[in-house]
Amino acid sequence: MALIDTINPLLTTGWAKGDAGWSLKDYEARGGYAQLKRILSSKMSQDDLIAEVKKSVLRGRGGAGFPTGLKWSFMPKAAPEKYVVCNTDEGEPGTFKDRDLLRFDPHSTIEGMIIAGYAVGAKRGYNYIHGEIFEIYQRFEEALDQARAAGYLGNNILGSDFSFDLFAHHGWGAYICGEETGLLESIEGKKGQPRFKPPFPANFGLYGKPTTINNTETFAAIPFILGMGGEAYLNLGKPNNGGTKLFSVSGHVNRPGNYEVPMGTPFAKLLEMAGGMRGGRKLKAVIPGGSSAPVLPADVVMECTMDYDSIAKAGSMLGSGAVIVMDETVCMVKALERLSYFYFEESCGQCTPCREGSGWLYRVVHRIEHGEGRPEDLDLLNRVTDNMMGKTICALADAAAFPVRSFIKHFKSEFEYHIEHKKCLVDPDVQRAGSGFFSASATAGTV
Amino acid sequence: MVEIEIDGKTLEVAEGSTIIEAAHQLGTYIPHFCYHKKLSIAANCRMCLVQVEKAPKPMPACATPVTKGMKVFTHSDLAVKAQKAVMEFLLINHPLDCPICDQGGECQLQDLAVGYGESASKYEEEKRVVPDKDLGPLVSTDMTRCINCTRCIRFTAEIAGFMELGQSYRGERAEVMPFIGKTVNTELSGNIIDLCPVGALTSKPFRFSARTWELSRRKSVSPHDGLGSNLIVQTKHDKVMRVLPLENEDINECWLTDKERFSYQGLSSSARLTKPMVKQGGQWVEVDWSVALDYAAHALRDVAKTHGGAAIGGLLSPHATLEEMYLAQKLLRGMGSENIDFRLRQSDFSADGHRRGTPWLGMKIADIAKLDRVLVVGSFLRKDHPLLAQRLRQSAKRGAQISVLHSADDDLLIKLTARAIAAPSQLPALLGQVVKAVCALKGTASDTALAAVTVSAEAQAIAQSLASGSDGGSAVLLGNFAQQHPQAATLQALAGQLAAALGGRFGFLGEAANSVGGYVGKATPGAAGLGAAAMLKDPRHAYVVLGAEPEFDCADGAQALASLGKAAAVVVLTSFKSQAMLDYAAVLLPVSPFSETSGTFINTEGRVQSFFAAAKPLGETRPAWKVLRVLGNLLDMPGFEFNSSEDVRSEALAGKPDFVSGLDNGIDLAELNLNTSINGVERVADVPIHFADALVRRAPSLQQATDSAAPTARMNAATLGKLGLVAGDRARVGTGGAATVTLSAELDTGLPDGVVRIAAAHADTVALGAMCAVLSVEKA
Repeated sequence: MALIDTINPLLTTGWAKGDAGWSLKDYEARGGYAQLKRILSSKMSQDDLIAEVKKSVLRGRGGAGFPTGLKWSFMPKAAPEKYVVCNTDEGEPGTFKDRDLLRFDPHSTIEGMIIAGYAVGAKRGYNYIHGEIFEIYQRFEEALDQARAAGYLGNNILGSDFSFDLFAHHGWGAYICGEETGLLESIEGKKGQPRFKPPFPANFGLYGKPTTINNTETFAAIPFILGMGGEAYLNLGKPNNGGTKLFSVSGHVNRPGNYEVPMGTPFAKLLEMAGGMRGGRKLKAVIPGGSSAPVLPADVVMECTMDYDSIAKAGSMLGSGAVIVMDETVCMVKALERLSYFYFEESCGQCTPCREGSGWLYRVVHRIEHGEGRPEDLDLLNRVTDNMMGKTICALADAAAFPVRSFIKHFKSEFEYHIEHKKCLVDPDVQRAGSGFFSASATAGTV
Repeated sequence: MVEIEIDGKTLEVAEGSTIIEAAHQLGTYIPHFCYHKKLSIAANCRMCLVQVEKAPKPMPACATPVTKGMKVFTHSDLAVKAQKAVMEFLLINHPLDCPICDQGGECQLQDLAVGYGESASKYEEEKRVVPDKDLGPLVSTDMTRCINCTRCIRFTAEIAGFMELGQSYRGERAEVMPFIGKTVNTELSGNIIDLCPVGALTSKPFRFSARTWELSRRKSVSPHDGLGSNLIVQTKHDKVMRVLPLENEDINECWLTDKERFSYQGLSSSARLTKPMVKQGGQWVEVDWSVALDYAAHALRDVAKTHGGAAIGGLLSPHATLEEMYLAQKLLRGMGSENIDFRLRQSDFSADGHRRGTPWLGMKIADIAKLDRVLVVGSFLRKDHPLLAQRLRQSAKRGAQISVLHSADDDLLIKLTARAIAAPSQLPALLGQVVKAVCALKGTASDTALAAVTVSAEAQAIAQSLASGSDGGSAVLLGNFAQQHPQAATLQALAGQLAAALGGRFGFLGEAANSVGGYVGKATPGAAGLGAAAMLKDPRHAYVVLGAEPEFDCADGAQALASLGKAAAVVVLTSFKSQAMLDYAAVLLPVSPFSETSGTFINTEGRVQSFFAAAKPLGETRPAWKVLRVLGNLLDMPGFEFNSSEDVRSEALAGKPDFVSGLDNGIDLAELNLNTSINGVERVADVPIHFADALVRRAPSLQQATDSAAPTARMNAATLGKLGLVAGDRARVGTGGAATVTLSAELDTGLPDGVVRIAAAHADTVALGAMCAVLSVEKA
């Protein structure tokens, strides 16, 4: 399924024909590479270009939401060697938008990266693609070949004096390589471990050279922003939350998938587009921005609009736009156990609090889920997360801590029930029914 | 400079410093594990988290640069809470097996846990267990104790030059390990024991033998290479249990070579000579000191009376103390002999009489860091001078250009700018090419003797690198191999010309602890005397041997054995006995090794370093200076009324200077010897690091190290092919005489054509004689 529903499509305009519409000629037919041509033929100044991106208030789509134009302006002008790096190491559980972006419309990302290279004065770019989507890596390589053959990449692009080449690099699936400096280490052939910052990549990036690193969706938005103008793009969304955003909706909805909607679209609308709750069950909770974002209970999330500010105000993060929807059949202890296991498994092991703390969290949650919880465990979990947060080189420790804290905060009674009764508050039959593999009636008699 | 405030105290620190450096300046201790001043910043242990005003989160002091007006709180509630949190995490998976851990009592984790840890753990889950690793014979592992600070990893990568350790797996399962199936083989490996802040890496030889608080500590000086590393010798019941570095930024920094760290095992060797012995009627008997000394005095006096003083030769180890050498030469001169030498591996003595002063490094060791162009001539640098190699490695990283001119292209783990590799006989001409090329680049005239020399591309590349350096920033360093070379004087003269043309410096990398001290102590032949090689080539009636094993320590071990064997009387002052000594000696006098005597070493930069005994002499062993003093008395010589080694030193040095005077590498040589006609396969002989002196040869753990592998006959592919050999073949190596040695032929792509590399100072190769020789090599 290429695209199910959208409001005001930009990034997803090319998805209509599914796998039949990704190649260069299709992209050009949709007006692709026109912006690159315009910039090169008009010899647009780098400052004007960055100013236009700033005007759009495009914020980093990888999760942190840092203003893209501002990031670009940090690049030192004088440095002779600079890099542009695209982060397609889409490892956050629940996120699958970059995969589809490169699958159905890889050239928008390529064009965005070339333009970024022009804006920051880089001659070389890398796209780091998650190791577990190898077919996407292959497609991107194909798209690169097309772009190179058409003269969009290489020396003196389209007869201008601007030269830029772009390469694909695939990882092997480590979550930590999605952290931008861990990603840079990985490209350099080293173990994927985040670097201490400062210095930031804009000063000391790939191979120690100034580097701009953005998410795939961020780069893909660039040609559209330049096409419609920064202001028009901003106006698609809300103030300080420009443009449209891809949301990867997963979980207990009727039509899980990617949805492009303007920033500020109510969550309720997004849920409706995704076909509503599966089986008509009641919404219990939503993780609005990928697994590391704090969970929001139904009543809170139903009041939210899908943009950085609204979600932040509700106590969570828009993150990468991975919306994980959970209905009433979910045992929150079990859900947290799964999440905690993920961060325990994916901690790089560099910083003490994360290396040791992520395992501690998982083990305690695991105990509670398996009926060996103790009354003091909830305080212990809160204390351990408190000791982890903000004390490490990268944000993985925080990512491991947020789910634990938010699950306990919003669903404390479920945890207490688990500890006291050594079993789930949500009946196992109900859980099985919700899993989608069994119907409630079919399993009712077997337990 | 920027002004900052730490815990309310204002101070000025250099721009770019980190908070931890600034705090250090103030004397404020910030707890840390992964930070080490000599290593890159990892910021992974998180123990040094401190509060910085306006920062929302605690900041790692090791990695956070100071900024103007920054206010740091190292002991605020936020900082201490963060530090305690990290300590709790560090301890949850730590086995807390302090009672059975060798690190106990000197463990950073243990020490800091007292201040930052809780009395009981809240972690009630199962603890992590990590499989131990085999890092070789020197470093023992208990990896479950590892806190993943990565100091050891960074040490191998940054200081030792090759990343032999790494962190595999991730998260809680992260493990520090060597490459699969490999151990840690750097000659500096023992330093990772010191660096490890917990008991994960401990000393294998020292393991379980003592507790740190049971040990007495004495400062001392390394008796091995010319650097003169400062030591802390630790003893228990007068036995040396362990040797650690004494930090001295001007010499060894905070490091030690494995040789310096583990050679102490040899001090307790069963080969120690603990009682005087004399040979009576072909039988060795243990005797009292008075008998032995009488015997020795009589033997020497008889030879002097019958054949004249010149019939006696003195072979002194360059690892002997200044006081010992000074008294030994005084004794020999008192008997009328000028045949005195400590330069036992040297083969060219033509510089004698033409030297302007004592050969030395030509600069302070610490000044090496100021050099931006260095040419190392004839040196197995990494094995002969591991810590000087380390300094050059750091220089190269900072942008200094290092070049090499040698007969082997061993991997120095230093980024080299240029290199020229040629057979030993070609080295003088090759250095001449560099001189000529530099003179041409500098527009100065070169020595007329170089007129016929054609500059090769390799020499030109070296010259270009050297000539591009800053004023006074270049240096030429002559290694052990250059000093042992048959044309050593010419190499010295050429190095001098090169330094002059560059406006730079040139120096010798001192081979042994007292390579400078021997000259200062007058342990060199007088005008009419014979040098080490000559007194063995032209056998003497009697020899006095001090601290040396001539078969291993002389340029031609076979010849040394033959000459000693023929002598009527050989008086040996030694710490160890060997079968060879029992064969050639008439009397064996047990003298103290460095750990059991006071004395002085003068290192390669001319620094006078005196030390006291760390332990009582073993058995009836006595300090050699006392033995020589009594021998002088017995021979009725004047000027032997010393009451202490300090008295001897005062006379030898005319006081107690910090650095000796008279250091000068200048040489007034009538003509250069660029002769290159050699017919046959030339031997390139290195002295393996763990075979260089009598003490290290008896250190069992070092003898198991990779660097102690049995000698082989190494050749390049062309030479192997020409001789009809393939790697792995047995090769019969001969000297043209009757003696042959059969060795395994190995491929060494770093060797020039027509060269076979066979290590010296090893029992397997003594029969091959001279270190510099033409050999026959054939398939066995």
